[in-house]
Amino acid sequence: MDPECSQLLPALCAVLADPRQPMADDTCLEKLLDWFKTITEAGSSLLLLQGNPCLVELLCHMLKPQDLSSRVLAFSLRLAGVLAAQEDCFQYLQQGELLPKLFGEAGPLGGAAWTSPTVRSGWIQGLRSLAQHPSALHFLADCGAVDTIFSLQEDSSLFVASAAGQLLVHILGLSMPGPAGGPPSLQAGDWPACAQKIVGHIEESLRATATPQITQALNVLTTTFGHCHDPWTQVLWVRLSPLVAGLLEKDPVPAAHSLVDLLLSVARSPGLSSSSCGLWETLARTLSHLSPTQAGPLALGILKLQDCPQALRAQAFAVLLQPLACVLKATAQDPGPSGVLDGIVGDSMTADMLLPSKAACVGLLCRTLAHLELLLPLPQRPCPWPQAPLLGAAVTLLQLCGGSARPTSDAGRHLCGLLLGCVRVQRAALDFLGTLSEGTGPRELVTQVFAVLLEYLRSPDSSPTVLKKAFQATFRWLLSSPKTPGCWDLDPHALLFLRDLLPVLQKRLCSPCWEVRDSGLEFLTQMTRHWGGQAGFRHALLASEVPKLTEQLLRDPESYVRASAVTAMGQLSSQGLCVPAAGPEHPGGQQKSLLAELLHILSTDSEGFPRRAVMQVFTQWLRDSHADVAGDTEQFVAGVLQVASQDLDWEVRAQGLELALVFLEQTLGQPRSHCPCAVTPAVAAPVGPLAQALQPLCRVRLFEFAFRALFDCDRPVAQKSCDLLLFLRAKTASSGSLQESRSSPHVASVEAALQRWQAGDQAQPLGDLEPEVVLAVLRSLDLEGLQGALAESSDHVEKSPQSLLQDMLATVGVLGGNEADCY
Amino acid sequence: MSSPEYCLSGHPTLPCNVLKFKSTTIMLDCGLDMTSTLNFLPLPLVQSPRLSNLPGWSLKDGNAFLDKTELIDLSTVDVILISNYHCMMALPYITEHTGFSGTVYATEPTVQIGRLLMEELVNFIERVPKAQSASLWKNKDIQRLLPSPLKDAVEVSTWRRCYTMQEVNSALSKIQLVGYSQKIELFGAVQVTPLSSGYALGSSNWIIQSHYEKVSYVSGSSLLTTHPQPMDQASLKNSDVLILTGLTQIPTANPDGMVGEFCSNLALTVRNGGNVLVPCYPSGVIYDLLECLYQYIDSAGLSNIPFYFISPVANSSLEFSQIFAEWLCHNKQTKVYLPEPPFPHAELIQTNKLKHYPSLHGDFSSDFRQPCVVFTGHPSLRFGDVVHFMELWGKSSLNTVIFTEPDFSYLEALAPYQPLAMKCIYCPIDTRLNFIQVSKLLKEVQPLHVVCPEQYTQPPPAQSHRMDLMIDCQPPAMSYRRAEVLALPFKRRYEKIEIMPELADALVPMEIKPGISLATVSAVLHTKDNKHVLQPPPRPAQPTGGKKRKRASEDIPDCKVLKPLLSGSIPVEQFVQTLEKHGFSDIKVEDTAKGHIVLLQEAETLIQIEEDSTHIICDNDEMLRVRLRDLVLKFLQKF
Repeated sequence: MDPECSQLLPALCAVLADPRQPMADDTCLEKLLDWFKTITEAGSSLLLLQGNPCLVELLCHMLKPQDLSSRVLAFSLRLAGVLAAQEDCFQYLQQGELLPKLFGEAGPLGGAAWTSPTVRSGWIQGLRSLAQHPSALHFLADCGAVDTIFSLQEDSSLFVASAAGQLLVHILGLSMPGPAGGPPSLQAGDWPACAQKIVGHIEESLRATATPQITQALNVLTTTFGHCHDPWTQVLWVRLSPLVAGLLEKDPVPAAHSLVDLLLSVARSPGLSSSSCGLWETLARTLSHLSPTQAGPLALGILKLQDCPQALRAQAFAVLLQPLACVLKATAQDPGPSGVLDGIVGDSMTADMLLPSKAACVGLLCRTLAHLELLLPLPQRPCPWPQAPLLGAAVTLLQLCGGSARPTSDAGRHLCGLLLGCVRVQRAALDFLGTLSEGTGPRELVTQVFAVLLEYLRSPDSSPTVLKKAFQATFRWLLSSPKTPGCWDLDPHALLFLRDLLPVLQKRLCSPCWEVRDSGLEFLTQMTRHWGGQAGFRHALLASEVPKLTEQLLRDPESYVRASAVTAMGQLSSQGLCVPAAGPEHPGGQQKSLLAELLHILSTDSEGFPRRAVMQVFTQWLRDSHADVAGDTEQFVAGVLQVASQDLDWEVRAQGLELALVFLEQTLGQPRSHCPCAVTPAVAAPVGPLAQALQPLCRVRLFEFAFRALFDCDRPVAQKSCDLLLFLRAKTASSGSLQESRSSPHVASVEAALQRWQAGDQAQPLGDLEPEVVLAVLRSLDLEGLQGALAESSDHVEKSPQSLLQDMLATVGVLGGNEADCY
Repeated sequence: MSSPEYCLSGHPTLPCNVLKFKSTTIMLDCGLDMTSTLNFLPLPLVQSPRLSNLPGWSLKDGNAFLDKTELIDLSTVDVILISNYHCMMALPYITEHTGFSGTVYATEPTVQIGRLLMEELVNFIERVPKAQSASLWKNKDIQRLLPSPLKDAVEVSTWRRCYTMQEVNSALSKIQLVGYSQKIELFGAVQVTPLSSGYALGSSNWIIQSHYEKVSYVSGSSLLTTHPQPMDQASLKNSDVLILTGLTQIPTANPDGMVGEFCSNLALTVRNGGNVLVPCYPSGVIYDLLECLYQYIDSAGLSNIPFYFISPVANSSLEFSQIFAEWLCHNKQTKVYLPEPPFPHAELIQTNKLKHYPSLHGDFSSDFRQPCVVFTGHPSLRFGDVVHFMELWGKSSLNTVIFTEPDFSYLEALAPYQPLAMKCIYCPIDTRLNFIQVSKLLKEVQPLHVVCPEQYTQPPPAQSHRMDLMIDCQPPAMSYRRAEVLALPFKRRYEKIEIMPELADALVPMEIKPGISLATVSAVLHTKDNKHVLQPPPRPAQPTGGKKRKRASEDIPDCKVLKPLLSGSIPVEQFVQTLEKHGFSDIKVEDTAKGHIVLLQEAETLIQIEEDSTHIICDNDEMLRVRLRDLVLKFLQKF
């Protein structure tokens, strides 16, 4: 601890011990504790205590009967725990009988302060920190803390109850022999007393009839098996598994969720050899005993396990597929040739599982779809994967929700009634359908997929979120549609679909709901990016009104839509798919080029999103040497940078630097490095004389833009500019061909201007800069220093412990310096 | 006593039912089903060679028809209750030339807008007078030879010509205006009350109640937030019978989705330089559409597109909507106090974005600018200015016709215009209750019985799997079909009778059980105007002699031989002892299910003693009977 802090500490301890000085801010105490933890982790706690007797005084003070704030009390308990974590310090505190007084019956435990959950939580956390060495175990046994922890498991505060459970796990782990402790004994008599006590308590809880007690026991075990993989855990499981399996005898199975967590935790534990302790049998039994809703997470967990018997995996997969099999059965569909979904469902299951209530049915289906979606990309997913029946189920669900299914059975009609218009299931099914696009399916099913997607895109009742997902799924399916060999164009079926799709997209672009217009534009951008160069797609798109409507959406009243329209138009234009603007807005008037239109948006739009989108489009155009840009690149860059430098949105300015970097790279003839921030010092000299190469950069006033950005009040902009200038300096460093004009008066004036800029006065422009002056200024600037300063977080000055102590004292007015602020 | 309900219309959204309740005959709505006009060719403003040369079609006048049967004599109808302006279009057919002499009740906006709709209809028909009128084809033998669907049309003999403005005025003069929650007494027997139904300006549901029975008539209601006052559901509670008609005609189309669809298609067409035609009624959903467009046109960049509303009553309709503030939803009502016009179409008119014209002729032709959006009638596409626009714009695929009114099948409406290049979009906007809303309403209101058209008790034929598209309630709804008489499922048990104060004063109650007292009343029941009053009986006239007087006293009902009332029970054992005391012997007692039989074997006489009656059965021995009777009476109290 530095001397400044040592000096402040006594005053702070006095404040904390004074009940008349309330600590307004909890976070200060947390920060203080963090600081003590850092100190004790780095050095001896004993020395800390000896060097700062005020700390012990503070702890002693807590024992006096007084009206102390529960927060300070909890802090002291935790502090005592942190300090006593080191055995020598523990002994030191024990000499004064301080610890038993703090944590035993004599302390807060027996007093009125115990009613505060903060104090109970502090007590537990204190013990949790303290319990690090064998002496601590004796201490716990002596002061009867374990019994108190048992009772705290049922605490009314969830945080306290959960912390109590974790403390038990910790104590159990501490008391049992470590990995090197030799083979553990099955005999409970051989276990340490403390462990016996805890395990006995768990056994008792597992035999209890009350569900909360069983839940606590299961949670403690789950944490134990999750965190500790020592050999003794296997002994523990062998001993407890009959009791756990006993829970399955009850109907309904109590604490099913916790039971599932425990079984999965045991199954994942590397310390247990699953086959030897009957785990697979227990898992199989559990799968068949739990309700479909409860069994779903267990089934997913089993399928994610790396090594697991094939039969169990098959059973788990069947459980997971059950709800979808029910849907197929209710709608009287063939469960598919693979037979995976076949025979999963008995006759009575259908109605019972899905139809009790709308909420249950919707919840179960959504969870099932989400589980399958998680499973699909995993390497250990079941094989063979029932792609066709699952596609069929997803399509059927969407048809049921959309009202286009025509079930013939009573169960099907009932299901239709429950799911009709259900947005949750629609979203989940569309997501799932999109994921399924990574596989293939029989031709007629794929046709059905496209048909149902089109139905959703067309339906006036599709909500905006559903529509967005429908667009996403459609794009994924189009991506996965079979390619003609040697050709990247869409296959004939997809092109036919596209012909139906474009009129729908046209209508959606005119929707009164902006979310719909927005997702329509995003979809268009994605499609154009992928197939913009392909003849079939180009032909279909140009024959539609879509490009024209997109152009009109540049003037949409909603800024998000304008931004998406900008991106879409940028993409269309890059692919040469733009049509000249003509519409009711400009009847016969002068038609603006897209470049002019986008520049207009950049300089006048009141919202940031469209302007950012314009900058991104421009950067991309510059990168791709877009025809509109290539004509007069310098004028383009100069114009854009000038507008961007005055933008109020920092992202626009940052994007301006990105554009500047692209131009810089193109001008200096250096292929772009992977990371624009990475400074690669030893680069080859630019082609041609450096001054000549820098001339265009000067002409577009790139340096004025970059220097201004260097002192930007928004850190990301300044950082980016710093990186750019460092990059440029590195590139020019190796070239000695340029005459440096360090002493020229021009350089001095520029440096002076930059100093004023740094001070916040950016009114004065730099004027025309010569390459020589730029290089001189570049070298004189402490860019590395600036980069370092910018990399620090903005509160690095205020984060020191000294500042923390000062702040805490200042809030209660102990420090005289701040008095002037107080009136 | 039962209350029959006569169903005179087969169209559930254009109902016409007659309810006989207590002694009144109440007609509930008189909708005019005009779907039969689809069998006729359009009436063009200018003679169209194309239309008149169509093979297999004959040019006919615009007949409207009345969907009624001679199930009931219309002159016996006491009152007609109108629920909304769409359900009163047949009024002139009922009130004129049938001997109808009753009263019609409707709210003011219903009457005013109903008048506009009728005026428009008459105007559309009358401005294209035809040279001849054919009626021979209605002969069944000839009709059979006509092409389908005419030959299959039922009861074409009931199809009538359209009424005249004179008849409209006369019919409307019989209407008495009412306000929401106003209680109207009908002949003292029944009270009727209109309640807001949330569907259209001034649209109402009706409560028809007596002291002990309550019938609710729910017709054309909406729970959506549109321009009218919200639906009053609370007052429908505790109904014995709820008659449910006028549900949405397109239960699968959600109005919000349809409005979005309408706007999207409109914008799409106009942006491509095409025109949009919206065949519609001059009032109702058009207000909401204009409001949506008001919010939408700027965002869709359509500010320069003119909107034309062409109807003989366009101006009145737009203005009426602004003055019925008390009939509007809360939001619109509060605007009036600002003061601002409740509907934003006022601003559209002010800024010249919306222009309205009585017809195609005159100012419109000089102002007309394309591309544009035209709202005009009639939605059947058989008459009105819409016919002209269909002919004008039908050839170009740039143009679009958007159907928003759900009353007519758009495919049938378009039939005579085929082949048609213009795009057709069907966005029916029907804000009336759908089946989900009905089931919520019924749960909330909990009527004892629901009565509805049979169409609502099964899924639509085209979607037989949609079990959700029918009324599902307990007990199951009673259904009726056209020309059917249904006995409403409640038995009337009680009547309320008032008792005059002086008579009440004279009563002497006797306590029979703690808390229950009885008193005999001798009074004259006076019934007038369905009110029953107990009045003191006239005093027995003093016998003063003289023939005249005597005759007068004979007229008084026989009230001097009032028999006393008996109460109490007969203990059998004591009764037998008494009989023995009085000399009867050989007495046998048998127990029966209801009491006892005392047999006097010697006298061949039998006395049946039951809880509420005693019979003495003996053979023509009146003396014996009277003796036994007196013995029985000794055990009973008299009062």
